[in-house]
Amino acid sequence: MSSHDVVITGIGLVSSLGEGPDAHWQKLTQPGFQPVLDAARFPPYTIHPLPEIDWNLQIAKRGDQRQMETWQRLGTYAAGLALDDAGIKGNDELCTTMDMVVAAGGGERDEAVDAVILAASESRNDRDVLLNEKLTTELRPTLFLAQLSNLLAGNISIVHKVTGSSRTFMGEEGAGVSAVETAAARIRSGQSTHVLVGGAFQTEHSDMLLGYELAGYLHRGPWKPVWQRQGSEGGGVVTGSGGVFLVLEQREHAKNRGRKIYAELGPVVSGRARRRQGELNSEIASLLKQANLPDGDLLTISAASGAHAATAAEKAVLDANPALAVRAFSTLTGHMKEAQFPFAVALAALAVDRGAGYPVFDATVERPFKGVPNSVLATAIGYHQFEGLGLIKAA
Amino acid sequence: MANLRDHMGRPIVAVTGIGVVTSLGIGKADNWAALTSGKSGIHPITRFPVDHLNTRISGMVDFLPSSSKGASHLTYELAETAAQEAVSDAGLDSGDFGGPLFLASPPVELDWADRFSLYNSDKQEAGAERLLRVARGLKELDVFETTQFGSIADRLADRFGTRGLPITLSTACASGATAIQLGVEAIRRGECDKALSIGADGSATAEALIRFSLLSALSTHNDIPEKASKPFSKDRDGFVLAEGSGALVLESLEAALARGATILGIMRGCGEKADDFHRTRSKPDGSPAIAAVRAALADAGLGEDEIDYVNAHGTSTPENDKMEHLSLSTVFGERIGSMPISSNKSMIGHTLSAAGAVEAAFSLMTMRESVIPPTINYDNPDPAIVLDVVPNKKRDAEVGTVLSNSFGFGGQNTCLVMAREPV
Repeated sequence: MSSHDVVITGIGLVSSLGEGPDAHWQKLTQPGFQPVLDAARFPPYTIHPLPEIDWNLQIAKRGDQRQMETWQRLGTYAAGLALDDAGIKGNDELCTTMDMVVAAGGGERDEAVDAVILAASESRNDRDVLLNEKLTTELRPTLFLAQLSNLLAGNISIVHKVTGSSRTFMGEEGAGVSAVETAAARIRSGQSTHVLVGGAFQTEHSDMLLGYELAGYLHRGPWKPVWQRQGSEGGGVVTGSGGVFLVLEQREHAKNRGRKIYAELGPVVSGRARRRQGELNSEIASLLKQANLPDGDLLTISAASGAHAATAAEKAVLDANPALAVRAFSTLTGHMKEAQFPFAVALAALAVDRGAGYPVFDATVERPFKGVPNSVLATAIGYHQFEGLGLIKAA
Repeated sequence: MANLRDHMGRPIVAVTGIGVVTSLGIGKADNWAALTSGKSGIHPITRFPVDHLNTRISGMVDFLPSSSKGASHLTYELAETAAQEAVSDAGLDSGDFGGPLFLASPPVELDWADRFSLYNSDKQEAGAERLLRVARGLKELDVFETTQFGSIADRLADRFGTRGLPITLSTACASGATAIQLGVEAIRRGECDKALSIGADGSATAEALIRFSLLSALSTHNDIPEKASKPFSKDRDGFVLAEGSGALVLESLEAALARGATILGIMRGCGEKADDFHRTRSKPDGSPAIAAVRAALADAGLGEDEIDYVNAHGTSTPENDKMEHLSLSTVFGERIGSMPISSNKSMIGHTLSAAGAVEAAFSLMTMRESVIPPTINYDNPDPAIVLDVVPNKKRDAEVGTVLSNSFGFGGQNTCLVMAREPV
């Protein structure tokens, strides 16, 4: 134990299961809990939709809400929950010295404008001129700001006054891994005392589905748990809307201000397998080695997406290590892209804090975990590229 | 024997390789020759029709094989070209770099050319439903990869043999500086001996231009394109959208000296501070930019009187140049009137995600060559901004230290302090 250890003092969570650590714990520990699904809005795809959210609770000004689309609101909201949870919100001194690393994709396009342009393109050959004509007249000027990747962080600064430093990492699950890894490295080296880190994904928009489906990654047909999608129609990913932010803090800093500590964030490791050359299995195995796993049964919160190849590789490597009792949470929340790894870390920290594991999310594949989880492993193997994992320990 | 640790006991970070591409050309030599002769790279847009557009000029890079292939392909080629120059400059194996990669690049979206082509390859249904149905029948990953935020870095990692999971980042107009800062920090923390930091932006599409135009951010001085970007002038009316790339090989001074590398400059300090005022405007008192400059000086261990030259963010928007002047005069006090401060953007326009890296490259060359590139188009000074902008003509000067500013939409401010020599 060292004064520069990284501990988790705030968790903000939103998913189809509800909002906040308590709601998530309660639902995820209910044996046989059934996911919230919507198969009607984007057929043939199923999604896990957002719960009802009163944005006013974390984004007080209507003017701020209007400047954002759902993705940014969701992230800003989850960030507010985490800051509240850590006792930082509204504390000027702590907010202005707080660093931030956000894992982000892009925001929502105006689907109606796009549809008008696409429809007109069927009868016009001067498509570039058509584009200029429609975009100059139909686009809402401020929509651009709602689409920019770095503006989730920008909105968090504006709404919650977090202004120490602000970085936005892009690149699907890998961005979430790097965000947590970099934030932890800053704290361990004494560069930061407290960092807000996380991301959000809003799947209820056809362009967000298109981002997966251009490579045929989405699962079609009846919903199944993450581990059971091999061989089904489509590519295996069922998406969900959600957001997660963590407050990572130097142990000494957290102790000095008398905060509750959920857990310690141990080693976080990341990699880039050249998957086309068949390196994924050995890369995951190598990351497991680097993480210094403790002996004995180890609860493992997996962010497996269901994507056929990546999920099969992860399963093969985890199965080869009989000490790991795996829980793939995306079975119940859907895949939240950039938010996957921070979400896994949050669920791992909750288990450590409550001193209990989660029941199986898929009884046909996952095995029970008995006992008190002093350490929990969190994994994020990207549906297409990039890998990472981290070990969360009792504080 | 040079000190290998800085004033805070951290490894000193040297620059051993520099690469750059802008509308002025490919590579350091061509860019430097153009920049010091006051040449502008701003020209009429030819990549797409300009019907209905208020702004019809830009600093696009139109001379690369990927220039007409969409934002993702061009951004990759820009990054690769600059990185190749930087890595060979450093005398390193360009297929086995062996350190981490930090890439500043624009957020990606499915290009309209692909959207049109996918949509019109079918007749059933309409709008998004049709796109999704066509998408799931695609047999190739090419289009998919252009929509993945991590793909450009993934390709670069393969190409240059960088180590580990590459980081792709955006802090808007400060991105290039942030990529350098992340590399500096990784070396200082002892995570690596060297890092490859790249800022690249090839995203000057019609839609990007229109989006900035709708925010009233762009110059509409279309008639004489090379005169449109005029930082700190009274009649400045917006920035000129541009493309480019800058790449730096960063190395611990110790590792660089050990292998006998040429030291091109030292990354002395990085500072940042986020603004919480507004999505496109900075806090009226300039406090975030002021704090970012001061943080960079403190990180560098230098006082206000130890900066020889400022490579300004200088976008040529009414707002930025006014606020930058306010911030700099607050930090540097009376000295500000006699310090040289010039804006490369007067010649290359605003290369957005690449700007911080491109301008860091030019800052390092300014010190090495003892020549300060001018701020061109300074014909009509803004009386409210009294600065020595190195007007219109290059200046020979010994420059030992540079402050380079990057201030972004969304309130992300990053400043870099560079030095010619190790302490």
